[in-house]
Amino acid sequence: MTTAASPASPAPAAPARTVLAQFRSKDGEPTGPPLQLPVTTTAKELALVLNQLLANDEPLPYTFTVDDDEILTSIDHDVLTKQQKSTEATLIIEYTPQAVFRVRAVTRCGATMTGHADAVLSVHFAPDSRTVASGSGDATVRVWDLDTATPKATLKAHTNWVLCVAWSPDGNTIASGGMDGLVCLWDARSVKGTATKPLAVLKGHRDAVTCLAWEPMHANAACSRLASGSRDGTVRIWDTKSRTTEFALAQHTKAITCVKWGGEGLIYTASRDCSIKTWSANDGKLVRTLAGHGHWVNTMALSSETLLRTGPYDHVSAGKKWSNATEAAEVARERYRTGHKGAERLVSGSDDFTLFLWTPSASKQATTRMTGHQALVNHVTFSPSGARIASASFDKSIKVWDGFTGKFLFGLRGHVGAVYQCVFSADERLLMSASKDSTCKVWDLRTKKLKGDLPGHADEVYAVDWAPDGERACSGSKDRSLKLWRQ
Amino acid sequence: MPQNEYIEEAIKRYGRRFNHEERMRKREARSVHKNSATAQKLHGLKAKLHNKKRHTEKIEMKKTIKAHEEKNAKTTAPQEPQAGAVPAYLLDRSSQNNAKVLSNMIKQKRKEKAGKWNVPLPKVRGIAEDEMFKVLKTGKRQTKQWKRMVTKVTFVGDGFTRKPPKYERFIRPMGLRFKKANVTHPELGATFTLPMIGVKKNPSSPLYTQLGVITKGTIIEVNVSELGLVTTGGKVVWGKYAQVTNNPENDGCINSVLLV
Repeated sequence: MTTAASPASPAPAAPARTVLAQFRSKDGEPTGPPLQLPVTTTAKELALVLNQLLANDEPLPYTFTVDDDEILTSIDHDVLTKQQKSTEATLIIEYTPQAVFRVRAVTRCGATMTGHADAVLSVHFAPDSRTVASGSGDATVRVWDLDTATPKATLKAHTNWVLCVAWSPDGNTIASGGMDGLVCLWDARSVKGTATKPLAVLKGHRDAVTCLAWEPMHANAACSRLASGSRDGTVRIWDTKSRTTEFALAQHTKAITCVKWGGEGLIYTASRDCSIKTWSANDGKLVRTLAGHGHWVNTMALSSETLLRTGPYDHVSAGKKWSNATEAAEVARERYRTGHKGAERLVSGSDDFTLFLWTPSASKQATTRMTGHQALVNHVTFSPSGARIASASFDKSIKVWDGFTGKFLFGLRGHVGAVYQCVFSADERLLMSASKDSTCKVWDLRTKKLKGDLPGHADEVYAVDWAPDGERACSGSKDRSLKLWRQ
Repeated sequence: MPQNEYIEEAIKRYGRRFNHEERMRKREARSVHKNSATAQKLHGLKAKLHNKKRHTEKIEMKKTIKAHEEKNAKTTAPQEPQAGAVPAYLLDRSSQNNAKVLSNMIKQKRKEKAGKWNVPLPKVRGIAEDEMFKVLKTGKRQTKQWKRMVTKVTFVGDGFTRKPPKYERFIRPMGLRFKKANVTHPELGATFTLPMIGVKKNPSSPLYTQLGVITKGTIIEVNVSELGLVTTGGKVVWGKYAQVTNNPENDGCINSVLLV
């Protein structure tokens, strides 16, 4: 018996049954020697033992799984009885660290923000979670202040619907792409009232701009490069300082549906010609073509996406200011290095009802093909740490998969209309989804059930986003309003 | 002035001159010069009339030329953004316009209480009893005539069991029992086949309502959970009223219009 912290002994009459257990981290490395633990050990006690083994300064929360079944109550209850395992063999207990902070579920509508004259098409929180930008069908972008839930500025420069908005990772610039083929850049810090003069208007695309992606801050401290994908089949990399196109990536034959700028100097583009292409960010050369889908590739997500999007800000540094851009870039780099381990993973969802998990830097063969949806997959997203993938589909369900292997974990049913978008909360315990049936729903990922319903929109909900600090979530709908949700 | 079609007949029979097309073409080309010559030579009242006519002609010509030029010119002038804004992931997808969110349950309940409904068919012909029921003669000498058979379409519901035949006064034949109705949404124009939940009101008589008889103008309740409608409160709507618009006993199906 070599345990450091044994729980209270059972009734003196029967001897305690013990089981041999070996802790193992997520990447397969054993931690500490095999231990003999009583079968009534609970998850909390396992956490105590593990913290001691790892010699952590502060006790960190972990989740424990045996063969992908989580230990919620005790080893006896969850593993031995449920899985019918014997006490003879060594149990391999895998542990994954949980986010230290806990986000409370958003349950009520904090505010409804009206002002747009047409449907709200996209919503994006600033990396410091203070403001949110929304693009709408009335050709304006509105910036809203979250503390007062009032509009901060209206940005008018587009002549047709604004399809996408994106904040730069340092929070200084907003980029908006529209149906008129223009990308407009706005100075986020100094806009107020109605602004009609953007910082820059980037012309070049021949058709609607469908998606935008900024270069991560750790690769470019000044956040001066931006990629935009368009319906004309090309992706343009812009230099925002000189307002010109650095290069254009023109190998796709049909409309581009998604562009992502990775953290390792690669740009990923997904298109309706059923392929995904990887390009080098320095010179725009095609590195790889990832083929495999049978129909339009609708959406992509990167395992490091949340880290790249928020740059130097994390859930505690909401109002922080750095003295200069290089210092902020250093913080962002440090965050990226510690937050993301291993090769970058990419998941793509398509009209052929399947998803693919790729490791683009390693090979052009997909790691896994994830099937199960019964209608097209509209949106996929990685959890902030990259451990889970959620996919929203037009078959009214959301499916959650393992972020490393692509194995199916569980499905969430409850919507009565197509699910348009889904987003994880900052601590990964909650998932929010927006649907065509005009409701948003919050799901608890531990119990795998619906946590709360967020009705109130009068028409389809087109876009949803959760603030990086976890406080609030915002949803934009066809009924021209945005709703802020908080606990 | 030819009094009959002898000219056309001759053309049809013998054809035209060999150089007919060329002569016509040249005549047209010369007509410009001819017009200009006459315009210069005319004087007096004839000139005034001619000039007036020519002036209006020229204005029309200028307008058509300008319209053609505008059509051919590729302008980059900013247009108004079109209606029907969709996000990027819905571009180029034909989205089925499902019925939008509806009014409150409370409003519906109030309307129900008041008994006032805005229905598509406000006035319906009342059905007399001799048309609705067929008399059945029973008994050893076929003299008892208290049984009636319903001759119109009925709806009986899931848990329906007949009364013992000896005591059954109204017989609803199985062949005339229907479970599904074709319901048309008035705004979308789409028609769905939906299962019925019950007969709400038959305008002719409360007796018919109780029996579940469906005639033209009857208000029925249908199960709309297939349509996926949601109220503002977030609840899923699964039953709505519809009014029957045809004579089901003649057509063999129940066509109705949804009451939104």
